[in-house]
Amino acid sequence: MPEARVIPLRPDDDEAFIPTPSPPGWEEQLADAVEFLRRRTTGDYETDEFGFDPDLTDHAFLPILRPLFQRWFRVESQGLKNVPDVGGALVVANHSGAIPIDALMTTVALHDDHPAQRRFRLLGADLVFDMPVIGAMARKFGSTLACNEDAERLLTQGELVGVFPEGFKGIGKPFRERYTLQRFGRGGFVTAALRTGKPIIPCAIVGAEEIYPMIGNAKTVARLLGLPYLPITPTFPLLGPLGLLPLPSKWLIAFGEPIETASYGPAAAEDPMLVFNLTDQVRETIQHSLYQLLLQRTSVFS
Amino acid sequence: MPPAVVLVTGVSRWLGGALAAELAADPAIDRVIGVDTVPPSPDMLRRLGRTEFVRADIRNPLIGKVIAAASVDTVVHMNISSTPAGSGGRVPMKELNVIGTMQLLAACQRSPSVRRFVLKSTSAVYGASSRDPAVFTEAMQARRVPSGGFAKDSLDIEGYVRAFARRRPDVEVAALRFTNFIGPRIDSLLTGFFRMPVVPTALGYDARVQLLHEDDALAVLTRATTGPFVGTVNVGGQGTLLLSQAIRRLGRVEIPIPTPALGSVGRLSRRFGFVDYSPEQMRFLNFGRVVDTTVLRTEFGYTPRYTTETALNDYARTVPPVISPRIVEATTSRVRSVLEQVAVAATAVGDRLHPAPPAPGLRAVRDA
Repeated sequence: MPEARVIPLRPDDDEAFIPTPSPPGWEEQLADAVEFLRRRTTGDYETDEFGFDPDLTDHAFLPILRPLFQRWFRVESQGLKNVPDVGGALVVANHSGAIPIDALMTTVALHDDHPAQRRFRLLGADLVFDMPVIGAMARKFGSTLACNEDAERLLTQGELVGVFPEGFKGIGKPFRERYTLQRFGRGGFVTAALRTGKPIIPCAIVGAEEIYPMIGNAKTVARLLGLPYLPITPTFPLLGPLGLLPLPSKWLIAFGEPIETASYGPAAAEDPMLVFNLTDQVRETIQHSLYQLLLQRTSVFS
Repeated sequence: MPPAVVLVTGVSRWLGGALAAELAADPAIDRVIGVDTVPPSPDMLRRLGRTEFVRADIRNPLIGKVIAAASVDTVVHMNISSTPAGSGGRVPMKELNVIGTMQLLAACQRSPSVRRFVLKSTSAVYGASSRDPAVFTEAMQARRVPSGGFAKDSLDIEGYVRAFARRRPDVEVAALRFTNFIGPRIDSLLTGFFRMPVVPTALGYDARVQLLHEDDALAVLTRATTGPFVGTVNVGGQGTLLLSQAIRRLGRVEIPIPTPALGSVGRLSRRFGFVDYSPEQMRFLNFGRVVDTTVLRTEFGYTPRYTTETALNDYARTVPPVISPRIVEATTSRVRSVLEQVAVAATAVGDRLHPAPPAPGLRAVRDA
């Protein structure tokens, strides 16, 4: 008589049953919000010399950006192991998308997806800090003016600094030039990394090019408003405020292998040839990684 | 070598008087001479001790006679006015600051007895703009050179002092670039600003402020007068606060006003003698300014006892808050207790409606 086969209900070496931690209930969230409001009204929070306000970033800016990050753009971050858990590093990325949403999404990626929840300290253009409200908010979000003094100070303090060397040339380029890197400034970011001996992490962002496909540039109006460019997209200004809604492209953010700079010594920052070579190396790495990411992405919106 | 005869200008103001009193209490110093255009208050006069007060205008060549007659060896120049209100208008203010300094330096250059010159300067020389690096070191210069007001005066004064140092290389010159003063006793621009129950600020801007407690300012001035430090040093407390944050910590009500309207509010408040919103002051209140104090702590050898935060707390003792933190605390704890009660009730209802599934007990089944 064939014996009935014994099928174990659960494998022997299974893990003990751990209930998944339930997300904080609405009452806890409300209590947190009340506590946050108390801190804000009494000024009971910390800010640093650059004007960074971690309390406001964690409880207001990041929660606002998170749905955009998770649902709208469905951002996938890759190569986060290349970003050190502690210590300074300079993340150099491509810039695109008419308004710097790519910078904000990279900040969320490094905070939410990185095991050490790194803070991303962005270096912004003069124009950002000239503008009221936006300039003040950018500082509270952890940004500071893109100048060598600030970059070096942040790197020496062990912060993760983000820079977009293409600047307005990258973010304001027409849609037909998507994913082609523009000139990388004057290599100021390389000298900052060399002087402080911190690694450069090339970062490629795919998806931001399609959020506002720039098919035209209203140069005259831009000049009147004192802006470097004024994008015309298929929906803006045609659909008015509705045209401001970014298209839900699929995003990939990849952090590449760090390029070490400490072995050159701080004096190497005075060697323009080395600075140019390193700038080119970073630029080519990012361009290469952009092409690879584009192959990975099956379609723009999936 | 401690100084024998010290001359302090601007002695009738709080900081100048406090420095003269401090020096007068030091037995190693033979004479302390205080100079000002107005006599010190009776209260101040009592504190000054053995300080000899000379009522003289530094804009007048008479000051040279005082220096020569007493064979002064150390000059501390503090008679620099930061607000037009304090000196009767912008024109007299500029005259006092710039011409006064030039006269004083001319007198010092003539006098062979002068060995040391200490200048109370300000971090306003770095200007304030959106294009500034976040933190200024002594080697940096203003990105946008201040075009007028106190900052321009201070830049000019520093320039004259540098020229003096070139012409008299035997004189040790120390320039102290102070950040904003705060404290229970000192009267500074920010103390007046924070004393208003409702503080108008520029909409869309938030300055980073670095404060220096009056006790630290006094200690640094004393050390600079008696010590060997030569050169320029930034003097400020550790850490920074945002302007809005400082206003909230003091329990004031911040009213952000669009920049164009703020000008007229400033004129109004100046007329009523509250606070001076000069254009230069506005720029500072928009962007703020932070200085690096590494030189102060290493070369100068002084670490301020108060950080920006503790200095503000000490000042807060003297200004009763409009919005008391205790009321905020009580309100939030009441809201929290109400929330807890609601949550308990909601959980009870929720459990009744959807009973929790029993925890899996498969292991027990298999063992049996």
